[in-house]
Amino acid sequence: MSNATVVVVTSGKGGVGKTTSTAAIASALAKEGYQVCAVDFDVGLRNLDLIMGAERRVVFDLVNVVRGEASIKQALVRDKKLNNLYLLPASQTRDKDALTEEGVASVISELRMYFDWVICDSPAGIERGATLAMRYADEAIIVSNPEVSSVRDCDRIIGLLDAKTKVAEDGGRMPKHLLITRYDTERAKTGDMLATDDVVDILSVPLIGVVPESRDVLKASNVGLPVTLSDEASGAAKAYTEATRRLLGEDIPVTIPEEKKGLFGKFFKGRAA
Amino acid sequence: MNILSLFGRRSESASVAKNRLQILLAHERADDGSDALLISSLREDILAVVAKRVDIDPDAVRLEMDRSGDVTTLGIDIELSQSTRRAS
Repeated sequence: MSNATVVVVTSGKGGVGKTTSTAAIASALAKEGYQVCAVDFDVGLRNLDLIMGAERRVVFDLVNVVRGEASIKQALVRDKKLNNLYLLPASQTRDKDALTEEGVASVISELRMYFDWVICDSPAGIERGATLAMRYADEAIIVSNPEVSSVRDCDRIIGLLDAKTKVAEDGGRMPKHLLITRYDTERAKTGDMLATDDVVDILSVPLIGVVPESRDVLKASNVGLPVTLSDEASGAAKAYTEATRRLLGEDIPVTIPEEKKGLFGKFFKGRAA
Repeated sequence: MNILSLFGRRSESASVAKNRLQILLAHERADDGSDALLISSLREDILAVVAKRVDIDPDAVRLEMDRSGDVTTLGIDIELSQSTRRAS
């Protein structure tokens, strides 16, 4: 019997890369041999199924399970490449009020028995869906772009993680990891973009990884493969793989993997724009 | 490419962003909603005092708070129309 670590991937702001990060990290954990379940909490606007390429195999969803209309085992969708990676999809037709606290509690505690890692993809915002996604987590990955509105929203989310979660209510402190996405080393160097140190300074959360802005992320989502499975050589995939090793407790320095450049790009590096 | 960057001068927009965030978040972390309450009760009190001497349109009173660094300033802007007379 497993006793999973439950991780919530959250950000407050939408569009910063929560779903991409959830899929990439869940797949990287599965590649390491762990039993992994990715849970989509974005009821009404599900997308994790699409990013993981499982959209055509969804039958039951989280809301069906919460309401007792299907068992967890019926609702879990197995990944087509990795047979130790599963998805628990969100419902596309209901809204977030269909989730109850008791229902989510029982789903999470059942998932804890079957898996080593449960990665919860939080919806944007600070309403019911987001607070329930973080409610029973053991750890949090906070996703931020190096941009003012994203950083501000992360600060708000950190406040909620320290107040509205089970861990916090029991007097504990939730371990948090900062994942900076869509990072552009060149622009940070010229002072046009907040640098990783700036964001870490402001939020006071230790860095788990820096994912470079990468064309491979869009390519991966086009074909429905987490970027860590679609192109292992891409900067984004390397960054997610490193972040995953840190999540597993390895003490390795944070690097910012370079985006692959074509010959042309290498030639004109720093001259473009 | 900016001509200045040829001489190694860094653009400052990132440090501006960092400063703005640090100031904003320091306030937001401490904010329990009491600022808004304070402003609205101040507004009522000030209106009552001014209205004792002049007729004013309650909609023509503006209260503004400006937070920069450790200092918070409160600005009160009351529009007195032409027809404003001494009340009583």
